[in-house]
Amino acid sequence: MSDEEETQPTDDQKIEIAKWFLLNAPAGEIQYIAKDMKAVLQDETLYTTAAAVAFPLYNKSHMICLDFPDRSGEVMVTPFSEIGENEYLDPRTAQVAFVDHVNQVCRRARPANDEELPTPYIEEYRYALDIEVTKYVSEAYPKGICSVYCVNGKDVEEPGMDFELVVVISAARLRPQNFCNGSWRSIWNVEFKDEAQFVEVRGTLQVGAHYFEEGNVQLDAKHECKDSTMLMSPEDSAHSVTAIIRHHETEYLNSLQTSYSKLSDATFKDLRRKLPVTRTLFPWHNATQFSLRRDLQKSLGLEKK
Amino acid sequence: MEAAMGLMRRIPPKHSEAALTALLSLLPHHSADLLSQVDQPLQVLCDVDSGKQFILCEYNRDADSYRSPWSNKYHPPLDDGLYPSQELRKLEVDANDVFMVYLDQSINRYYEGGTSSVYIWEHEDEGFIACFLIKKDGSRTADGRRGYLEEGSWEAIHVIEVVPLEEATARYCLTSSVMLSLTTNDESSGNFNLSGSIRRQMNMDLPVAAGHLCNMGRMIEEMESKLRYSLDQVYFGKTKEMVCTLRPPSEPVQTRLLELISKRRP
Repeated sequence: MSDEEETQPTDDQKIEIAKWFLLNAPAGEIQYIAKDMKAVLQDETLYTTAAAVAFPLYNKSHMICLDFPDRSGEVMVTPFSEIGENEYLDPRTAQVAFVDHVNQVCRRARPANDEELPTPYIEEYRYALDIEVTKYVSEAYPKGICSVYCVNGKDVEEPGMDFELVVVISAARLRPQNFCNGSWRSIWNVEFKDEAQFVEVRGTLQVGAHYFEEGNVQLDAKHECKDSTMLMSPEDSAHSVTAIIRHHETEYLNSLQTSYSKLSDATFKDLRRKLPVTRTLFPWHNATQFSLRRDLQKSLGLEKK
Repeated sequence: MEAAMGLMRRIPPKHSEAALTALLSLLPHHSADLLSQVDQPLQVLCDVDSGKQFILCEYNRDADSYRSPWSNKYHPPLDDGLYPSQELRKLEVDANDVFMVYLDQSINRYYEGGTSSVYIWEHEDEGFIACFLIKKDGSRTADGRRGYLEEGSWEAIHVIEVVPLEEATARYCLTSSVMLSLTTNDESSGNFNLSGSIRRQMNMDLPVAAGHLCNMGRMIEEMESKLRYSLDQVYFGKTKEMVCTLRPPSEPVQTRLLELISKRRP
């Protein structure tokens, strides 16, 4: 058994381990994990192989935001904006960014071609929603970024067909000097159902926070919700979808606050009380008497099971 | 080793066991250091003689067997296992009894249930080392009295080095760690998990006359209250602050109006 444990892991196993650590990095901390992982592995080739796989996945799931080299705007790295290997579309500027995942920078950009962009009919809906959501995000998040993509039916040219947009919102605060990092990520799938004249909205909200001064404490919260509205003109649809998003995100923040406020008085009590029920310290000086009493109970056969 | 500790400081606490296993396989020559510096989730075994549960750790392990504090027997049985001296074993028996009372549900103290184990052994030079372990499962299916927690655990490890000094006093060096995880889950707020671990130290010189057990118990009680307060007020508080920084709770329109009003004031 112990011989088996002492055998060195294979190179493939080492790569898997390195990937696992990188993918589990808290928001904004993958570069720190990468530095430590390199030092632990002591093998540049293995590390590079692991990083090449882990960084793109991490960047997409954390929905990081990168500046275009010419500062013409920002591109969000998400599963919905990915259109080719290391290529990400920014619908707002109609540009495609070439992303260097491991260094988390955008190396260059090119204009998107027509096949990569939605039809004018869809773009009207996408653009209107982008305008409304951007307004909302700038009000609600001090450091929020957002984008709207068409993920289904981007070639629909006129009413009569279903299509689907995705709204992504990402807000990260990195304060390593204060030992604290955190991120808020929302993904809203907005399905426009033509026949039912109905818009279905599904949201996934994920909030994480990490505080690590002389310790390691992390919040990991996730919530899913659903709503719907009528299909209307691009502007009116954008208004009502954004109102739905605003409502559910505000509600969710309130419920997070409630979870926190319940901690001290309720939830935490089930693990360990602040004070004993008797509100006095434990009588350690009588401790031996306690055990004597136990002995007595034991010998009298009174011990509770 | 420093890099390994760096990784442990960042990896989500709920994955700490997997992370430690991975690091042990990558750094086999550092295994002793890793095992002593990284706190692992506590496992329990059932003592075949007394039917009571006891907690496993490095301090009651010999080869692949663990010594139960209740029967003083190794599980699975071991022919040449290490045992504490008769004198220390007596202190160990008392400590285990008293700690059972400290956790006892019927006496309604801090814990309202849970498992404890105390192990004591000789110090290399002089004095002795005692390790107090507490494991409480507060989930609604276990010892969670109020049923708030989908999943919840509090695990405390207190290691005290006791070295005799002059004039009937002794130096008590306590290192305590708490590992904690709590999850609530309901329709309106979804899944909410806070988890983490912190470690602190405390040293005291105390007269031996009160008894080692009494001195150690008081220190542990004080330390546990401090750790609980830190986790609750400082650590959880900081993550809450972060959430409110990401998306401030007050309506931005109102805030902006207030800003405008305050700017207009002379």
